Amino acid sequence: MTTTAEHHKKIKDLHPQEGMAPGSPLCAGCGGLEGIRLALKELGDNVLVCNAAGCFTLLSVYPFTPFKGSWLYTTMAAPVPAAQGVRDALDIRRSHNRLANEDDFQVMVVAGDGSSADMGLSPTSAAIHRGLDFIYFCYDNEAYGNTGFQLSGTSPFGSATQTTPVTGEHPAGSEIRKKDLFEIWKAQNPPYIATVSPREPIDLSNKFARAKTMKGPRLFICLSPCPTGWGVDPKDSLLVAKLAVDTGIFPLKEYVDGQVIHNRIPRKRIPVEKYLEPQKRFHHLFVPKRQDDIIAKIQAGVDRYWERYE
Amino acid sequence: MNINRSNKRMLTGNKAAAWGARLAGVEYVPAFPITPQTEIVETLSQWFAGGTLKGKFTNMDSEHSMFMAAGSAAATGVRVFTASSSQGILYGMESLYTVTGWRVPFVMVNVSRGLATPITLEADHNDVMSTRDCGLIQLHAETCQEILDFVLMGYKIAEHPLVSVPVLVNMDGFVLSFSREPVVIPDEKSARDFLPAFQPAQPVFQASLPMARASAVFGGGTYTYFRIQQDLAVRQAETVFNETAVEFADRFGRHYEPLERFHLDDAEVVFVMSNSFATKGKSAVLRLRKQGVKAGLLKIRMFRPFPDEAVANALKGRAKVAVIDQNLAPGMGGITYPEIVAAMYGRDDCPQKILSVIGGLGGKDIKENDFLSIVEKLNDPESKGPVFLYDEGDWKQFQQMQKIAQL
Repeated sequence: MTTTAEHHKKIKDLHPQEGMAPGSPLCAGCGGLEGIRLALKELGDNVLVCNAAGCFTLLSVYPFTPFKGSWLYTTMAAPVPAAQGVRDALDIRRSHNRLANEDDFQVMVVAGDGSSADMGLSPTSAAIHRGLDFIYFCYDNEAYGNTGFQLSGTSPFGSATQTTPVTGEHPAGSEIRKKDLFEIWKAQNPPYIATVSPREPIDLSNKFARAKTMKGPRLFICLSPCPTGWGVDPKDSLLVAKLAVDTGIFPLKEYVDGQVIHNRIPRKRIPVEKYLEPQKRFHHLFVPKRQDDIIAKIQAGVDRYWERYE
Repeated sequence: MNINRSNKRMLTGNKAAAWGARLAGVEYVPAFPITPQTEIVETLSQWFAGGTLKGKFTNMDSEHSMFMAAGSAAATGVRVFTASSSQGILYGMESLYTVTGWRVPFVMVNVSRGLATPITLEADHNDVMSTRDCGLIQLHAETCQEILDFVLMGYKIAEHPLVSVPVLVNMDGFVLSFSREPVVIPDEKSARDFLPAFQPAQPVFQASLPMARASAVFGGGTYTYFRIQQDLAVRQAETVFNETAVEFADRFGRHYEPLERFHLDDAEVVFVMSNSFATKGKSAVLRLRKQGVKAGLLKIRMFRPFPDEAVANALKGRAKVAVIDQNLAPGMGGITYPEIVAAMYGRDDCPQKILSVIGGLGGKDIKENDFLSIVEKLNDPESKGPVFLYDEGDWKQFQQMQKIAQL
């Protein structure tokens, strides 16, 4: 099943407007940066970003900000409560006739996967419970990237991080599976959840176009290839993002009206090793000796996922 | 409109705090329950739900979230109140440091309670003292009346253009929070005249005014600039407190200074105290005076900014001073003691002896005998601090408890 309400069909349909200026201290080839740029093209300028400690905190370094909208740095665990306070205050001012319609704005949390899946999860769950009207943009580079790439709740099985090093005793690197943030959110039945890829700008833009017409908690998980942490050349960042989709490792999907919709079911999934091999964090699965058992486990996980939908 | 003929009512400390917030016309209360504070937010939740207060009461998921929401709502231009205690203060500490740096005004009440470990419920100031360096303005209340008045005054101070810093009003758990005292409740109109609706001094978030707040800085120079700004703002609060107190006294007849001087003018022996146990100290002063000891008491209402000049002027030339801390920095002693000593340092008229005394931990009573023993220690040239108010009787009681449990 695919969605029908397509606002954009071609790249040139995308909004020419930019919500943020180019040039930032973020790493070259950051997948998440392209993701948020595309998101803001769709959302427009009237956005306040509540930011959690992480790579994207470096977007606004005093006295600069790349955003046309507003920015509030919070803490690692409390960007969502900050969004709650802002949204509540806007609602109060509206009800007291102290805020013009055009002065209202969209509150958006921007947080990495570590904040989203670990430290910030409890306050996020509470905000979903309260039905907070906000957009959550999680740039998922599958580790604590800003501190040099340590294991987070979303680091995948078989990946090497600075705190899950590959050793003779631990040939896989990380031996635990990635937390499924999509399913965690889904358990609370919010109005909208989507996965997006910076390599799929039309899909991403259509999803933001859909979400911005809704109210309540709305999550975007943006797979964010991380050249420094994943060990890929910045120029290949989007290629890796494409492989994540084509291998079926990163399903493009939405959760709307209680239904999960896959936006693209790869008809002929290419083997996961095509995605794994170019990345230094999976290098140990191929060199010095190919670890077929671990690669097969990763492949089996992907196959098991798609069996339900094929 | 008063239901009672007089506007004086019996209120617990918690109700007095809630009344302060109500008279301030607070619009937003992010809340999380914790003993012995819960009654404050329960009361406010009823007033919001019933329409007495207009705005929003939001049940938060932790103090860390709650202080963050308080700060971000204040940054978006509404008048905010919140309250916490003890472990909640510690859990929310990161957010407290964060939002004080945002330079946003709101008022919070801390209902003091000892910190774990061991986990306990009764009054002790380690919780409030843990916030001493985070950039809050701190006003400590001895009575339920002071609680209500400080909350009202707190908004005026916090929202002052030269300050723009949150104010913490402290009261003791149980001793004040659950004790009813007669409290004069100002009428709504006078309260509104004293404290008009919130007019933010700083720009607030709205679409027509996009801005980046709390951006990261690199380099100690930029960081230091903002920290000095924060220091100046908090220091400014002493002057603003004094101006506010004059206006408050004009309207309501109760005048407050950062310090309260009780029988201090001719005092030779001075107890320095704060919060509700100061009442016990005052009673001991009267008893000692009957016995011919020229005793006095200096009560500290404002801990941040620390009114060091006023403290030095109040204590200069006294023979003996005992600083009674209801808190403990293990391995050092009383937390406020070094601040008092530092205020006196280098003065020719410094007291001969300034003794650190630790009492009232975990709500432990400070009895009249304890004050007598403090005077003895002050008179003993050999005595050194910190002196713990824990005697043979207390030790026997502990042993008895262990005996019953057959330990």
